[in-house]
Amino acid sequence: MRRFDLAVIGAGPAGMAAAVEAAHLGLSVLVVDEQPAPGGQVFRAVEAAGGDPALTEEFPEAGGALVRAFRAAEDIAYWPRATLWHVDLAGGVLSVLRDGVSEEVAATRLLLATGAQERPVPVPGWTLPGVMGAGAAQILLKTAGAVPRGPVVIAGQGPLAWLLAVQLLRAGAGPMTLLETGGKGALWDALRAGGLWTGRRLLRKGLSLVREARRHGLRVVRRVRNLQAGGEGRVRRVRWDGGEIACDTLLLHEGVIPSTHIGRALGLEHRWDEAQRCWRPVLDEWGASSHGFVAVAGDGGGIGGWEAAVATGHLAAIDAARRMDRLPAAECARRARPYQTRLASALALRPFLDRLYAPAPEMLVPPDDATIICRCEEVTAGQVRLAARLGATGPNQVKAYLRAGMGPCQGRMCGGTVAAVIAEERGIPIAEAGALRPRAPFKPLTVGELAALPPGDVA
Amino acid sequence: MFATRPEARPASVEVFVEDRPVMVPEGASAAAAVLLAGIPAIRETPVSGAPRLPYCMMGVCFDCLAEIDGVANRQACMVMVTPGMRIAPQRGARQARPGLAGKGA
Ligand code: FES
Repeated sequence: MRRFDLAVIGAGPAGMAAAVEAAHLGLSVLVVDEQPAPGGQVFRAVEAAGGDPALTEEFPEAGGALVRAFRAAEDIAYWPRATLWHVDLAGGVLSVLRDGVSEEVAATRLLLATGAQERPVPVPGWTLPGVMGAGAAQILLKTAGAVPRGPVVIAGQGPLAWLLAVQLLRAGAGPMTLLETGGKGALWDALRAGGLWTGRRLLRKGLSLVREARRHGLRVVRRVRNLQAGGEGRVRRVRWDGGEIACDTLLLHEGVIPSTHIGRALGLEHRWDEAQRCWRPVLDEWGASSHGFVAVAGDGGGIGGWEAAVATGHLAAIDAARRMDRLPAAECARRARPYQTRLASALALRPFLDRLYAPAPEMLVPPDDATIICRCEEVTAGQVRLAARLGATGPNQVKAYLRAGMGPCQGRMCGGTVAAVIAEERGIPIAEAGALRPRAPFKPLTVGELAALPPGDVA
Repeated sequence: MFATRPEARPASVEVFVEDRPVMVPEGASAAAAVLLAGIPAIRETPVSGAPRLPYCMMGVCFDCLAEIDGVANRQACMVMVTPGMRIAPQRGARQARPGLAGKGA
């Protein structure tokens, strides 16, 4: 079995930075990533798409530099198109699926840099073909240069909604409407949360996006509430309180949440983050989790954006080297300082952004009983409410009652909403309803892939 | 429906979506090919038979499950196109379950 000092899961900003730092400090490093090329979602396919005029500035510049540094670093074993599907915590053994074959590798330390997923937006009609995550449309642009044809509605809020609008408009998509779902008074709340002065660079970036979107003729409707997608067999229109518009593509975005699937399956301690309305692993300042073998870096440890992710990647790698006695404590502190400074400045605007873009209540708990929450098993909000009244105390019970969370996505899409609906119905905090505890395999394996494993491996 | 932009990314790989040829850029996923082909659905749900197309494009939602080159229950958004690839919808009954994907395939 091959052995590595540090196994990094994910080749986004955090994973790449951690790998480069760890290799520099003399650690043997394995990077496992599901994508065919490094970059993560934020810099997805940057090597192929860097020249696309729709994706200018930060994407090719910052993303290109990170990927070049990662490619140039020596002594990093990089496994693209590879999926971690099982971890033996006690033995430090990882099972990784590559090209249809599972392989076991040993590691001294595991760093989860699995990034973020878009927050699911369970509005009526969100399962209709033609409705997608805004991030999904951005991935299509980055990986295929593709844009939606016909009228597009982007509904939601947050920096990505504006960025995507601008990128798609530059790429010739449209006509386009942005339905901003933010609540009334959010800006005032957000201003009080402060951080404006230290975060002024990020804020400037946001304002210039808004200006460019307007130049391109983006129509913006503010304070949209009770969004609904309608149509037979495909989305044809979007309705909200006081308005309606025809569309062929509806792109939803209510921010991103940490991808905690693997960490929860491993039993790492997680806590409910009320400001970001998501679960996040409990980590120390170096990214070390509640289990001595596992660390977490990047957005998977709490949403901070790519600059924060790079900093946490470096810090986790420095900590790994210290734990393995490759770096004296004093040197460790000295080396960490610039990244701690960068982390603080990258996070300065977060309290502001978290308040400004807090999802409206109906985005978190669908008021209409008929709204589907679990896309896989088509479980509705009403069914979950009924289960809660019958005694289900959290998403793990609802899974047994209703199969919500038992489909192929293993609750990645419904887990948070199920917990929020139960919490509201029972009048308890979401933290008490709890998080789904998924199991390995972290992704379904095919029968052929299971058959390729040595006997004792299949539990 | 999605369209490529040849000026930015030439569509150079031929794949077959429900047996119809589609040209897609290198590096695109099978799910992207489905959206570029413009078919109304890539799968039907096992519970109600509702049509679905890819939703997240990043391996989270599993609404892109398809039969790719004869193998059922592949996450089409996680599979890159190769020349001649055949992508076909799959119907509800063969939906993957964790740990038991591919059952009946
Ligand atoms: S489109 Fe969501 S998993 Fe493929």
